[in-house]
Amino acid sequence: MYHAIVFLPLVGFLIAGLFGRMLGPRPSEIITTGLLFVAAVLSWVSFIQVGFGDGATRIQVAHWMSVGDLQVDWAFRIDTLTAMMLVVVNTVSALVHLYSIGYMHEDPHRSRFFAYLSLFTFTMLMLVTADNLVQMFFGWEGVGLASYLLIGFWYQKDSANAAAMKAFIVNRVGDFGFLLGIFTVFVLFNGVTFDAIFPRVAELANANFTFLGIEWHALTIACLLLFMGAMGKSAQFLLHTWLPDAMEGPTPVSALIHAATMVTAGVFMVARLSPIFEYAPAALAVVTVIGGITAFFAATVGLVQNDIKRVIAYSTCSQLGYMFVALGVGAYSAGVFHLFTHAFFKALLFLGAGSVIHAMHHEQDMRHMGALRRYIPLTMAMMLIGNLALTGFPFTAGYYSKDAIIEAAYAAHSTAGSFAFLATVVAAFMTSFYSWRLFFLTFEGTARWGHGHHGHAVHAPHDHEGVEHDDHSRDVEPAHHAQHEHGHHGDHTPHESPLVMLLPLIVLAIGAVVAGVVFHDAFIGEGYQEFWKGALFTRPENHILEEMHHLPGWVPWLPTVMMALGFVLAYYMYIVDAKQPAKLAADHPILYRFLLNKWYFDELYDAIFVRPAMAIGRFFWRTGDQRIIDGLGPDGISARVMDVTRGVVRVQTGYVYHYAFAMLIGVAALVTFYLFRGAR
Amino acid sequence: MLGFGILSGLLVLPLVGAAFILTLRGDSEATRSNARWAALATTIATFLLSLVAWSRFDTATASFQLVESHVWLTETIRFKLGVDGFSMPLILLTTFLMPFCILASWESIGHRVKEYFVAFLVLETTMIGVFCALDLVLFYLFFEAGLIPMFLIIGIWGGKRRIYASFKFFLYTLLGSVLMLLAIMAMYWQAGTTDIPTLLAFKFASNLQTWLWLAFFASFAVKMPMWPVHTWLPDAHVEAPTAGSVILAGVLLKMGGYGFIRVSLPMFPEASEYFAPLVFALSVIAIVYTSLVALMQEDIKKLIAYSSVAHMGFVTMGLFSMNEQGIQGAMFTMISHGLISGALFLSVGVIYDRMHTREIKAYGGLVNRMPMYAVVFLILTMANVALPGTSGFIGEFLTLMGAFRSNTWVAFFATSGVILSAAYALWLYRRVVYGELDKPALQTITDLNRREIITFAPLILLIIYYGVQPGPILDAFAVPTESLLNNVQAALATVKTAAAAAH
Repeated sequence: MYHAIVFLPLVGFLIAGLFGRMLGPRPSEIITTGLLFVAAVLSWVSFIQVGFGDGATRIQVAHWMSVGDLQVDWAFRIDTLTAMMLVVVNTVSALVHLYSIGYMHEDPHRSRFFAYLSLFTFTMLMLVTADNLVQMFFGWEGVGLASYLLIGFWYQKDSANAAAMKAFIVNRVGDFGFLLGIFTVFVLFNGVTFDAIFPRVAELANANFTFLGIEWHALTIACLLLFMGAMGKSAQFLLHTWLPDAMEGPTPVSALIHAATMVTAGVFMVARLSPIFEYAPAALAVVTVIGGITAFFAATVGLVQNDIKRVIAYSTCSQLGYMFVALGVGAYSAGVFHLFTHAFFKALLFLGAGSVIHAMHHEQDMRHMGALRRYIPLTMAMMLIGNLALTGFPFTAGYYSKDAIIEAAYAAHSTAGSFAFLATVVAAFMTSFYSWRLFFLTFEGTARWGHGHHGHAVHAPHDHEGVEHDDHSRDVEPAHHAQHEHGHHGDHTPHESPLVMLLPLIVLAIGAVVAGVVFHDAFIGEGYQEFWKGALFTRPENHILEEMHHLPGWVPWLPTVMMALGFVLAYYMYIVDAKQPAKLAADHPILYRFLLNKWYFDELYDAIFVRPAMAIGRFFWRTGDQRIIDGLGPDGISARVMDVTRGVVRVQTGYVYHYAFAMLIGVAALVTFYLFRGAR
Repeated sequence: MLGFGILSGLLVLPLVGAAFILTLRGDSEATRSNARWAALATTIATFLLSLVAWSRFDTATASFQLVESHVWLTETIRFKLGVDGFSMPLILLTTFLMPFCILASWESIGHRVKEYFVAFLVLETTMIGVFCALDLVLFYLFFEAGLIPMFLIIGIWGGKRRIYASFKFFLYTLLGSVLMLLAIMAMYWQAGTTDIPTLLAFKFASNLQTWLWLAFFASFAVKMPMWPVHTWLPDAHVEAPTAGSVILAGVLLKMGGYGFIRVSLPMFPEASEYFAPLVFALSVIAIVYTSLVALMQEDIKKLIAYSSVAHMGFVTMGLFSMNEQGIQGAMFTMISHGLISGALFLSVGVIYDRMHTREIKAYGGLVNRMPMYAVVFLILTMANVALPGTSGFIGEFLTLMGAFRSNTWVAFFATSGVILSAAYALWLYRRVVYGELDKPALQTITDLNRREIITFAPLILLIIYYGVQPGPILDAFAVPTESLLNNVQAALATVKTAAAAAH
């Protein structure tokens, strides 16, 4: 069964990828989507078997490599954590496949798109089923490749290509740490399989390891290096810059990869390695702080973005920060629970946004939306559910998982925990604000579309908080149907999406509503032990899940209050007094620009990494190679030799003969030498 | 007295093909076609013969196999051939790549067709000779003789600055080979033989080891090429015809690495340990420096050439980390880089044949008219950045792991190559393949034809196959690596005991 779950998407990829051209787009769509649905159903079966039964197992697929002590297999490690991830990945992926049939129906390269989606799913499954760090790295880089291909799917757009490249390279920065982390683990444990590592962690709890000349607590440095990989993949603070740009990809991709699955790989990794992280408290503190900063930072940026997808992207970034906070304070199950629920409501929000964009004929700028409620009521309803779940409205999914994280941060009673508590509470307020801002700008107020104003220059008056403009904020494949689609842009009215797109929305909405109620007991409540069965490791002295139930009365209420406040403020600013935002932006231009430009991280990195790398590269090439090495070496010598030879011999292609001659002399000398020796 | 065996056959077969081509008269189209087919048939036959050798090869032993020995210059300098686990895969790589080179030259070589194929076949003999020679003089002879056909290939069928490139090549290699020759003489002086198996067991005095190591190092470092003697490579690549680049990157660069593992490490273990930091430093500089240089290149071939230098940095780093992962990873990298860089140069050849320029600026948006080419180039690019699932990953991962076990600083800086390689490779891909196809010259460019598909398919399949199942190659290295490490450890242990006793 697990072979089928993991390899069916690969089969789909190979069929659509190799024969898509021959088959045509429709068969490719049906084959890949069909296979994914089979895999999704099987995943649920395994989830119930493993989570609520006794099905944890290890399945050997093939041997990979053995070099000295290093033994690596292709194998599946199936436990509750894996089974849960299988459900998340395959469910969302199957729904996104289905949705894409509608969303991409105008694109001539659909076979390729579906092939990529299936490739992504396969590599993601390899990641979550990995039974060792190297296979995990295979999946890790594989999803990076798929993400690269999908972000750059519309390859005529230069911005998409740039975003794809950026995503891959920034992720590689994280992988740099991941690789070093794998090496450290290998040196410490003499193996890379989880079965070889986990039982021995306690032995090495006090070991030291010298890395870069500094004596470290061995497990701490290993965890920090591995966490660097997680930061890259999960777009945590400092390595987050690729995620907003990744919105250049088609919207279903954003829902699948950049919301529900791939970006949570870092969270999964830390949860999977919880047996090691548990013995590295310093590393956990770093995880907490980075998570807290990300939750806060991304939320601030999300407040002012005008592109509907970017708002959701920053929201994703922020929510990932929440998950890391939970992991960092030792409440692994709370983090993983949020991963689980977040997959539903964030995929829902993205696909809902896709439906809006589809309705608006590929307009993504919220300043050109408004009053869409009447035209696309079902999408509106779905987005409403997504918003409620995200902001943590009582009894929706987010209410259970997000509030649990905030409580866990409080219950940690540590400095890092307190910081994270503050950050997540403030972020909860901002989450609520930007979510409702998005909602009001899109669905309420006055219609700021139509009237033929599609050029960016025309809508300046509507630009109520706009100072700057994102030039590449449109989710459209440029060449193909841009002309015929946008040609009659002035007189269209937004239209509701077809059923293939709405159906996934409805399924996800159900998930967003019930996932919390149904599963919170198993994930973080009474059923914890029976459900996880040790897949998440906690040390005996880690009591955070119990302490979460013994908090001061005001703590559990706080997130809900924040949610309400955010709603009220958004309502006031965007419905009651719609002039407020512009006024506020005008009053605080520096702050506004700072947030709008995402804290200037792109500019900063460009200045301290990209430009210097290029300058140094040019310097090494022009000065190092050409002037110094060649100048002192061959060119200098040859210039002298040329001077001499020019006068002496003029053989046309003389150099070859010189060389042959020199070699002959050499052999002759050797033979002479030998004969001389032999004669004695 | 052993008779002539399968290895002699491998050496002679290409020469027979070359002799046959030389007998062809005239320069008509029919003659050219005959020359092409004869060369292709010869290289395929040689490849098949090497497969026979492989089937008779036993990976479970570290000793030399298929040994044959004939009287040559004297009783002690013999024509002795044999292979072990280190050399056998390299011979297979050589014979495997040759037919692709012939195919790649099918239409792109327009003048002196016969001579061109003769040069290639002679080159094949010398390359196989290097990998199976069991006598240092013979090794030296093949090692240096191989350069003559390469010179001719660059100098006659090369690009505009071919004379400059071959001159540069000449200066560098001459310096190295003279020193190597002196070292061989000195070794003979000491051991009384140039027989490699005997020398492997011979213990050279410590101070002599230092000098011998340095002399061989000069030659091998140029061949690798290691920083800072790498500058001949980009020029040679740029000027060489496609097939020349394939062989240069695919096989000739591996001779340096092979020399290290055949001569430097086992014969001079103390010196190797002593100089390991130097090699590490040069390797790390090579990886970081040349990756940065590659980032800024404006010529596609030069960019790939610089990336080759960086990859060879991984090889030397792995070899001198002196553990299983490092050495087997380095050997694996050599094989895998042979396939990947060979295929990359072939893919540059594809667009060069159509547009006759290697300027990155001249391209852009190729995917619009060449979707198949885009896929091929994407897979090769990903293999070049060592994406797991391709053979490139196995080598890079193992060498880095080996280096990490040996010295974390080295591994730290070398691993940054992972980021830089992604930067230059993807940027190249973006500029050449992605984007709008708006350059007028490119409007009529055609996708891969059947000959090109046949050329790429086996290479790509192997790159992916060895990425998922590296066993067949890795296992060949396992036993000799173990034996090499044991011998080195034993030698170093004796030295340490002696030093301790002296106190």
